[in-house]
Amino acid sequence: MGWFPQTISGRVYAVILLILAPAPFVFEWINQPFYLDLLSRALILAIAVVSLNLILGFGGMVSLGHAAYIGIGAYSVGIPSYYDFYNGWLHLGLALSVSAAFAFVTGAISLRTKGVYFIMITMAFSQMVYFTFLSLEEYGADDGLVIYSRSEFPEWLTMDGSTSLYYWIFGLLLLSLFFVRRLVHARFGRVIVGSKFNDQRMQALGFDTYRYRLVCYVISAMMCSLAGMLLGNFTGFISPDMIGWARSGELIFMVIIGGAGTFFGPLVGTIAFVLLEEFLSLITVYWHLIFGVMLVALVLFGKGGIDGWLSLMDRKRADNG
Amino acid sequence: MDWNLLITQLLNGLQLGLLLFLLASGLTLIFGIMDFINLSHGSFYMIGAYFCGSVVAKTGSFLAGILFGLVGMFAVGALVEWFIARKLYRADHLDHVLVTFGLILIFDTLVHLIWGAAGMAIPLPDVLNGQITLGSLVFPVYRTLIIVAGLLVAAILFVLVTKTRLGMLIRAGASNRTMVEALGININRLFLFVFALGAAMAGLAGMLIAPITEASIGMGNDIIIVAFVVVIVGGIGSVKGAFYAALILGLIDTMSRSYLDVVLNLAMPVTYAETAAPALSAMLIYILMAAVLAFRPQGLFPPAGMK
Repeated sequence: MGWFPQTISGRVYAVILLILAPAPFVFEWINQPFYLDLLSRALILAIAVVSLNLILGFGGMVSLGHAAYIGIGAYSVGIPSYYDFYNGWLHLGLALSVSAAFAFVTGAISLRTKGVYFIMITMAFSQMVYFTFLSLEEYGADDGLVIYSRSEFPEWLTMDGSTSLYYWIFGLLLLSLFFVRRLVHARFGRVIVGSKFNDQRMQALGFDTYRYRLVCYVISAMMCSLAGMLLGNFTGFISPDMIGWARSGELIFMVIIGGAGTFFGPLVGTIAFVLLEEFLSLITVYWHLIFGVMLVALVLFGKGGIDGWLSLMDRKRADNG
Repeated sequence: MDWNLLITQLLNGLQLGLLLFLLASGLTLIFGIMDFINLSHGSFYMIGAYFCGSVVAKTGSFLAGILFGLVGMFAVGALVEWFIARKLYRADHLDHVLVTFGLILIFDTLVHLIWGAAGMAIPLPDVLNGQITLGSLVFPVYRTLIIVAGLLVAAILFVLVTKTRLGMLIRAGASNRTMVEALGININRLFLFVFALGAAMAGLAGMLIAPITEASIGMGNDIIIVAFVVVIVGGIGSVKGAFYAALILGLIDTMSRSYLDVVLNLAMPVTYAETAAPALSAMLIYILMAAVLAFRPQGLFPPAGMK
């Protein structure tokens, strides 16, 4: 089986992808549509988390405002639909262009700052988006906005039906995973990773790292808006609640559970988060307590997240021969 | 123009500013001296309100509630510092954000476990329920008390920070922590004290506001973000900066909510102005923070000697 990965982490990820690929048919077969919904939601968030990982994990830009781009994507579906414009390309185009424009302007300002200041300024900009949507009475304000119909695409690309939507999500997820991998291995990504570790040295080598980081930030925002666009279609309901700063905190949490700066970490981290959330909340209403304790323990003791633990197993195996 | 309304709004802005100062002064010290981002500082605000409410319910005395609440919050702050924050001072900021985000979840759920999901109203003694009438101006006694208490605490803190040896160490810690350590100061004890003091002041803010809004789960999660804005605008580590910034932001926030539509109306038709005003007034403080970060990242009033 030469095509099958040799490392433990590689095998785990391959198995996960092999399980995810036929999921709609499996869940239909065992007649459990609820789990398909759960999985769809997890994979949508995974796209957002992959995009956050690009700037946070690889670029060292800790954004506490990434949920804003989910909101921009979701409202790019919701607001046109409110006026009966259901064209999917319009929604997609709006999500990508508005998020790109917003990320370009706010990123240009935010990236002049470092460390704590960057965390705070990204949070501030996302709060602005939050309050903007919160005050738009026309589009439901804090009551949110119902989307009555999914974005319309040509027949072969339709989003109607949970299976089609699932493959939209799965397809975009694979694309973003692949894209991030290629990007990070390219010269562009090397500069990004380099400036995370030593920005001055990269500048001394002649790279205008500010521009690289800004482009990286814009790319990440656009990817995240895709997640928002899918989320709007998936839930059929959008509200400012999905943009609040606590949502952005959860996204960071998911990156860290999986392992920041790894390719598949964000995917497993998000799935782990969503499943835990779902099952813990079935057991007890006080599940946030368990969640919080896990988070504190993860930072104090468990460096590297799930991907880190898998890699550790790989290294141990290699040491033993 | 309605002058009474204007004065009332100014007083409300002052009250909001002073509450923000109680939260932000501890936050800015913890931030400045320990270089620790404490997102869960808002939880202290919430827990303080619940402590106070429980004691008031038992004893019927609001003053006892405040006193017990202060002592309790000092202890809670010390515990959090001792068991969690202390281990993280040398970790990077991302870890601070994650752990304190986890603490918010823990504290919110603990409050839910202990006091239940419903909010807790705190009854005021009759003395505080009245109104002060000054000519044609009517202002609630209790809000006046908040303003007086806020100013009093600010004054005490000011004396503590500028006139005492402890304050000298605190200021020195905010300017250059390594140097303070090198001079043989027991830095752990200083950190413990500052953290606990910050928690007590945040708790006091919660106790003061709770009789108006009632204590509820998650009440600190929105205001903590505004407190961070205050810290950044004022300059990290600067108590004086936090004071000015808190008053400025409190006034901006309150005044823009009542008057921005009038101002916008000068430039655009009424319908647009009335739509744009609420959004813009909610955003104003964030715009101010973004501007400060972009043009004067060290804040408006940074502590002396900061690089």
